[in-house]
Amino acid sequence: MSGTWLEVCGTDDIDADDVVRFDHGDRTFAVYRLGKDRYCATDGLCTHEDAHLAEGFVDGGIIECPKHNGRFDICTGAPKGVPVTVGLRTYPTRVEGGRVFIEA
Amino acid sequence: MSVSARDYSIIGPESQRAKDAGLVSANWYRCDVPRDTMKSLMKRRNGPAVRDTLIWLALLGVSGWLAHLSWGTWWMIPAFFVYGTLYGSVSDSRWHEFGHGTASKSAWFTTVVYHFASFLDFREAESWRWSHVRHHSDTIIVGSDPEIAVPRPTSWIAHLAEFFAIRSVWAECKKIGYNIVGKVSPTVRDYMPESSYRRSIWTGRIYALIIAGVVAWCIVIRSVEPAMFIGLPTMYGRWLLVVYGLTQHAGLAEDVLDHRFNTRTVRMNIVNRFLYSNMNYHIEHHMFPTVPYYSLPALHEAVKHDMPAVYPSIAAAYREIIPALRRQMQDPTYFVERSVPGVAAGSTA
Repeated sequence: MSGTWLEVCGTDDIDADDVVRFDHGDRTFAVYRLGKDRYCATDGLCTHEDAHLAEGFVDGGIIECPKHNGRFDICTGAPKGVPVTVGLRTYPTRVEGGRVFIEA
Repeated sequence: MSVSARDYSIIGPESQRAKDAGLVSANWYRCDVPRDTMKSLMKRRNGPAVRDTLIWLALLGVSGWLAHLSWGTWWMIPAFFVYGTLYGSVSDSRWHEFGHGTASKSAWFTTVVYHFASFLDFREAESWRWSHVRHHSDTIIVGSDPEIAVPRPTSWIAHLAEFFAIRSVWAECKKIGYNIVGKVSPTVRDYMPESSYRRSIWTGRIYALIIAGVVAWCIVIRSVEPAMFIGLPTMYGRWLLVVYGLTQHAGLAEDVLDHRFNTRTVRMNIVNRFLYSNMNYHIEHHMFPTVPYYSLPALHEAVKHDMPAVYPSIAAAYREIIPALRRQMQDPTYFVERSVPGVAAGSTA
């Protein structure tokens, strides 16, 4: 089922290899910029405990949770390190007119 | 006069009380640090981790060689003292840093050092990962944190025994006993998911096999020397781990959601900071576990305005800890209340 495209921010509002938090209604997302021009989006909270991933560390396509160092693959949401056992939901992204959108 | 003790088991009645009180998996206070600063502090480098590991292994090798050469002479006492301390105490902070996975950029190097240090500490590597995750979720929350080193009321016998790892080795032997028969202990089941059982069981069995091999070797050659190098140093070399470790939380508040009240940052000299991998910056570590050990001094500078006063030395920390533990012998409700910027006195009472 396709969702609604939501405008997140300008493309330069996210540093290269970094992440920002995006809240919409009662949902929270983490929106990433990998390298110069690749954007990805996942659920914003760690599946282990409710920590905002946007406060975590982005390194080589992996997001590390700020609370327990749990790791996820940013592009697939797959668990990549203890204590994470459940993956993140990921969301399509697109860039249009210098703005980043996610479909959620 | 009898002094009532709390139940520090994580599968006892205190466990439900902690949950009901909203103390489990709760949100903890974090100092405000600009994102750009945090990004810089969280960066991983191989250089410091490789350098510090090589120095540690070289010291371990040289002291071990000297201990072997001096076997049967009085010189073996200082040689084994150094070797044992590097094996049974200095491994602890390596276990810790590499367990968090922050020390190095290299995943395989991190894994190898973590497993090596876990064995030296005699901590079954898989279950201890999860134990430490819980320690970070619920730091010094009675009934939930499995790593509370100083239960109240104070038992001096238990603390003295821990200088030789008697309590912790016995506890680990019991856990590994479950592993040998293909099970996981009830306590471990509380914090480790089923998906890790198999790995935990086999890790415990491998430890048991190594220890059994060392015992057999001792019997065959009719000498305790092999065990003095593998296994026993976890016990006779434990003292420094206890000296450092007690500074972390002993005598401070229980059941609070702010690490500034239940954790200490202690100033240490460069030798101790090497041996302890900067874990003396313990409040900063608990608040921001994604920051690798070599960046903790810089993190400390970034947050010190929002922190309680730093203890100027290990001795200064013990001048507080020992009287506090003495008082907790008679009054388990007593704790040292730290003065924290922007927080009214008495707020943790």
